[in-house]
Amino acid sequence: MQMSLSNFFDNPERLDRWITIAQSSFLPLVKGALLYSLTLAIVAFFFGLILAILTALARISGIKPLVAIARVYVSIIRGTPLLVQLFIIFFGLPSIGIMIDPIPSAIIGFSLSVGAYSSEVVRAAILSIPKGQWEAAYSIGMTYWQALQRVILPQAARVSVPPLSNSFISLVKDTSLAAAILVPEMFRKAQEIVASTYEPLLLYSEAALIYWIICFILSIIQDRLENKLDRYV
Amino acid sequence: MISITDLHKQFAQLKVLRGISLDVAKGKVVVIIGPSGSGKTTLLRCLNALEVPTSGSVQIGDVRLDFSKKVERSSLPSLRKQTGMVFQSYNLFPHMTALENVMEGPVTVKKISKEKAKEKASSLLVKVGLGDKLDHYPAQLSGGQQQRVGIARALAMDPQVMLFDEPTSALDPELVGEVLKVMKELAQEGMTMVVVTHEMGFAREVADEVIFMDQGIIVEHGTPQQLFTQPREERTRQFLQHLK
Repeated sequence: MQMSLSNFFDNPERLDRWITIAQSSFLPLVKGALLYSLTLAIVAFFFGLILAILTALARISGIKPLVAIARVYVSIIRGTPLLVQLFIIFFGLPSIGIMIDPIPSAIIGFSLSVGAYSSEVVRAAILSIPKGQWEAAYSIGMTYWQALQRVILPQAARVSVPPLSNSFISLVKDTSLAAAILVPEMFRKAQEIVASTYEPLLLYSEAALIYWIICFILSIIQDRLENKLDRYV
Repeated sequence: MISITDLHKQFAQLKVLRGISLDVAKGKVVVIIGPSGSGKTTLLRCLNALEVPTSGSVQIGDVRLDFSKKVERSSLPSLRKQTGMVFQSYNLFPHMTALENVMEGPVTVKKISKEKAKEKASSLLVKVGLGDKLDHYPAQLSGGQQQRVGIARALAMDPQVMLFDEPTSALDPELVGEVLKVMKELAQEGMTMVVVTHEMGFAREVADEVIFMDQGIIVEHGTPQQLFTQPREERTRQFLQHLK
């Protein structure tokens, strides 16, 4: 350990090589991050949230078949690893004739995952809104969907911003799993560059750094959003 | 204007309303009093189907629902559009300003254009004395102000009947007056009102008819004069004695 460490620092050529590789790999990695990792996360989060709201409403509805479907869905997704789910969608389904490209496969997998995990957050948020809000909405003649859309969900959104922001940040990092089903996102880019340069420590650290910067920016956005939503409380 | 026939409401084993029949003519103010648990709030909530009665019928204006038969959930809004409701705990929408609270019904339910709704909402808020609070959020208003926004929100739907569920019970004593004043003005304008309240002064002064409820039935009803000074029933006397 000590030997190799001193070797490394005594070797100016290696350091130069690192700087060169870091410089040339930076742009492809950032491109992978913005074009694929982040985009994938945003698209999957969008569909996932819709799924989460529907699942939460199904759970709350008290209609037995709907409650059962929602429960089974959440149980399966939460009880199996995301990587395994992605493999089933991308490598498994073709054997029954369903071929889905890497990116759509990833979107489906991540959306299902967000839908299941966030449904519990959304459910708790909806249930946290006082019953009087539903009644006030009904009393001015609103239907269930109008009350939900205009009165309940906007308030539930405020309650669920902190936990949902955390889910989104997790999702951004989880998109690295898509590397395994051939999506050319940042982590896969890093793997490809490692394959040609044999510098795993450098490349994977660089990827980690970019993930960290993205998540850091996202957490700042999260703070701002929370402040903005807090204004009327 | 309001016609209630043999209304029953049962929660599990608990019979809260045991056969209520009541007619309220247009422009009349009816005040319901009674001990807690007497069913007075439940009766009020049955009038706009926030509680769905177990049996009996409710007619308001030209909408009649017979709860002895199966009533579709989709038919409830028709009854609710006839009524405006003011809640004990105001129940304003906290994510909307006073103006937006009042505009919400007309815009979302009646599909009135935003400009028109805004105009109407502003004038209603001026009417309840809040012309300078249009852009305040509920959290920035006192209880009395919030309740007046609540009244304006209900009025914005042009209801045939206004229902008040203990509108001043959650208020500090010094804020009660401003809400009662608005209610009195409404009564003078000829609004048909059903009010559940503990404000006997209001009942005496404004009510055309006072109803005393206990244990899910109407024990006695009459003019304020009659009911407060010469109650016929022993139970009414006991209750009024307690208030003094």
